[in-house]
Amino acid sequence: MQRKFTLGLASGMMAALLTISSSVSAQKSATDDIAKYREMIADGNPSELYEAAGEDLWKKPAGPKNATLEKCDLGLGPGVVKGAAAQLPRYFKDTNKVQDLESRLMTCMQTLQGRDPQEMIDAPFQKGPKKDMEAIVAYVVTASKGDKIKVSTNHPKEKEMYELGKRAFFFQGGPMDFSCASCHAENGKRIRLQDLPNLTEQKGAAMGWGYWPAYRVSSGQFWTMQQRLNDCYRQQRFPFPIYGSDVTIALSMYMAKTANGGTVETPGLKR
Amino acid sequence: MKNTNIKKLLTITSFILASSLLHNVAVAQQKNDPKFNKMMADSFRADGIAGLDRIQQDETQKFCSDPVFANSKQGEKMRDKIQKINMASIKQPSDGKYIGDWKKGEAIAQSGRGATWTDKADTVIGGGCYNCHQIDPKEISYGNIGPSLTGYGKLRGYSQEVVTYTWNRINNSKAYNACSNMPRFAHFKLLNEQQIQDVMALLLDPASPVNQ
Repeated sequence: MQRKFTLGLASGMMAALLTISSSVSAQKSATDDIAKYREMIADGNPSELYEAAGEDLWKKPAGPKNATLEKCDLGLGPGVVKGAAAQLPRYFKDTNKVQDLESRLMTCMQTLQGRDPQEMIDAPFQKGPKKDMEAIVAYVVTASKGDKIKVSTNHPKEKEMYELGKRAFFFQGGPMDFSCASCHAENGKRIRLQDLPNLTEQKGAAMGWGYWPAYRVSSGQFWTMQQRLNDCYRQQRFPFPIYGSDVTIALSMYMAKTANGGTVETPGLKR
Repeated sequence: MKNTNIKKLLTITSFILASSLLHNVAVAQQKNDPKFNKMMADSFRADGIAGLDRIQQDETQKFCSDPVFANSKQGEKMRDKIQKINMASIKQPSDGKYIGDWKKGEAIAQSGRGATWTDKADTVIGGGCYNCHQIDPKEISYGNIGPSLTGYGKLRGYSQEVVTYTWNRINNSKAYNACSNMPRFAHFKLLNEQQIQDVMALLLDPASPVNQ
């Protein structure tokens, strides 16, 4: 109750700050105000609510097999959550695939709990089974907060995924000729007042990859990396990227590998 | 002694050969990759107005998806070809009118809406100009991917040459810069002729706030 009140107050102040700044200071990036907002709620990122729900879902028996996710192998061994997200995407021997966090969680839900991944794929973001996924993601990524991003391309499939992701990053299409690179391949660029990280360099990639998944102040929602990429493609005027599809994993691999050495700051706090 | 010299020479020669080979590899046009094509084909689904035809690239998109080659010396011929194709697609205004209403042009420049899978077929598509350009100096929320257009007509003058160039550039920016970041507004029917006339006015009507 107390926390909800504080969050509401902080959101209100955030809105006020943005309004003030847009009317007085010309050309000032919204980033400074986001920084102030971050300070205000440093002791209570709204993602914590998702994280707590996610931990419950991790430990609660569910699905046709009525099993928990506690034996899920996210790459560091069955049940190891701490530090796992910092090393994803990675190659998994059991599926013979490179997987990101969300596609790996779908595998665990299928093998351990007997759930049908197609239900997860088809569900809209923020609703039904996706809502559970979002909470579990919040729980898992929080357990890597402060770790170094450390993604491997040692396995041939990892290397291949990285190369496919790099190519996808520059792939132009749609009625506006956009690719990821149209907005994210140069330093110091903005769309309106929104700063755009240069994802082709370590520093920019760490700013992007390192802060997602994140709580979005503008929508009041926790967004996973899959949702972030999905909305990028929407604005690129592309067709709909299928949840957990290879292009989303390949792009994640390209960003994560480029960000290597940066710090995991997830869950981030974004506009 | 003589032997070591030959060895050294050989090493140097092979090094030069190898690096020139590498250099050539780096600037050759990206090869078709069936694995990549399959990934793209399998990873997307049509949603509303955003069909799968949107990832079928035309020649310009294909060329510009390989920036290393597109920006190389070897890519120059192809750049010229792409620019010619795009130049040839531009139509001059059917009514001979280049300059419309700058107030309507400002509204078009402000809107970044349309053409996504959450839009309808009849959603009016905006020009999204402020996403990337500074235009009316009173608008402080502008992007910087493209150059500032504030004072556009005042700085360049209002000659027919400037007018035609600007018309062409808005219709199809790739006619001048093969891999310009700017959408091809006429080519993909993002804006109609009248809307382009209105955006033209925002830049080139002496009464527009851009030119005050």
